[in-house]
Amino acid sequence: MNLPIFRPENDPGPSFLGLLDRLGLGPDEAFRRIDSRVVDGVDSGLAPHATTVVAVRHRDGVVMAGDRRATYGSQISHRSVEKVFPADRHSGVAISGTAGIAMEMVQLFQLQLEHYEKVEGKALSLDGKANQLSQMLRAHLPLAMQGLVVVPLFAGYDRRQEVGRLFQYDATGGRYEERDHAATGSGRLHASTVVKLRYRDGMTPEEAVDVVVEALFQAADEDSATGGPDLVRGIYPVVATITADGFERLDDQWVGERTALLLESLTGGLTNGQMGGKTGGGSPS
Amino acid sequence: MSMPMYVSPEQLMKDKADFARKGVARGRAAIGCTYADGVLLCAENPSNTLRKVSEIYDRIGFVGVGRYNEFDSLRKGGVRHADLKGYTYSREDVDARSLANLYAETLGGYFTHEPKPLEIEMLVGEMGEEPDGDQLFHLLYDGTVMDMTTFAVIGGEADAIRGRLTETWSRDADLTASVVAAVAALAGPDRTLAADDLEVAVLARPSDRRAFQRVEGDELDGLLA
Repeated sequence: MNLPIFRPENDPGPSFLGLLDRLGLGPDEAFRRIDSRVVDGVDSGLAPHATTVVAVRHRDGVVMAGDRRATYGSQISHRSVEKVFPADRHSGVAISGTAGIAMEMVQLFQLQLEHYEKVEGKALSLDGKANQLSQMLRAHLPLAMQGLVVVPLFAGYDRRQEVGRLFQYDATGGRYEERDHAATGSGRLHASTVVKLRYRDGMTPEEAVDVVVEALFQAADEDSATGGPDLVRGIYPVVATITADGFERLDDQWVGERTALLLESLTGGLTNGQMGGKTGGGSPS
Repeated sequence: MSMPMYVSPEQLMKDKADFARKGVARGRAAIGCTYADGVLLCAENPSNTLRKVSEIYDRIGFVGVGRYNEFDSLRKGGVRHADLKGYTYSREDVDARSLANLYAETLGGYFTHEPKPLEIEMLVGEMGEEPDGDQLFHLLYDGTVMDMTTFAVIGGEADAIRGRLTETWSRDADLTASVVAAVAALAGPDRTLAADDLEVAVLARPSDRRAFQRVEGDELDGLLA
């Protein structure tokens, strides 16, 4: 490795992706060589699929959450994958879609934001970050059309406007800012319904956590590709809050306790031994 | 046809070195030192926007003095190198030593092969997991690299500042004491430097992944009070 110094006319500026491109290391290089007629990512079962993630705005910012399941067709390939990541200190990104590519995209997105901040000496605005992710998705479109789709959620605390903001995307790089909540992945419809019913303006972060935990529980109840809380192994959704203090991934044990409370309300106070008959669907009242 | 004038290699190198030294000596000085919690980087810099002290990577910081465009281009090169290396291998594989070597090669290359050497001096500081892992690399305009675990002074009047800091520097000093010592050494007996004239940053234990933190505004005022 030598020191990457460029002449002004060739300088990639603060873009890490631009830098990779200049050096011929861009993530798309490998894919450019794939014959598009040969590969169909879905049927070839090339990689596991990650599913439901959800984000909700609250009083102090946003909360993001994702279930832990990755699927391989009808098989469960991983039980404890992470789908919610910090993008930088004040924003987070959650993924659904082809797992390997989504994770690489997250890694590059994180680097892109940090690289910009270090080279420029100043962090990107929240809109700037959201736009970067759009452009990465758009660059990925050829692969998406072969079935290797990635659909992320982006959320963060906007330090200029002092509010939490969230963005939904599509596979073409379309970016849609949502006011209160957003979800993506195979369980998004069920998760969204729960969030829609439970959402109130000005919720506390704790209340918002309860909403996303319930949303993922109900999504898992209806969608086979979404994993519910795994009490046997102690695996619970990944939940993170983003506030003025930054991105914080909540302790698994705490999410476990919130899940236990949810289960208790769903079973109407029945003991564990009698659970099962009423799981899911019931209202807490 | 006229012959090009002969200049002996000794003379050529000496002239280049004098030229570079003069350029560096015109700039204000900066200090890098270790202290109880990690590494302190402190520069005299009246500008609030043109930085001398910068973040390179999780545990690596940078200070440059001399010609701004020259050290800033090497700073960017350092950030790019570190981010690329962390992306290709792993974040823990990025270290200050290999970066310092690359800087030395680049500076040496300019000094030997280009008509004008770079008129800069740089420090690369790295915070270790444990105090004995803290390190500073001092780079000169000709590619000379020195590693140290105490302190280093770069820029104008470096010798005088080094002399003053020798008296006051201590490995076990806390942040306040280190900043006060560094600022007093930079200022000398006849001046005082306020927070506005300074650029201060630390790589301090315990830390998140990105250890580099600027010390500025009220916090710096408080330390100097």
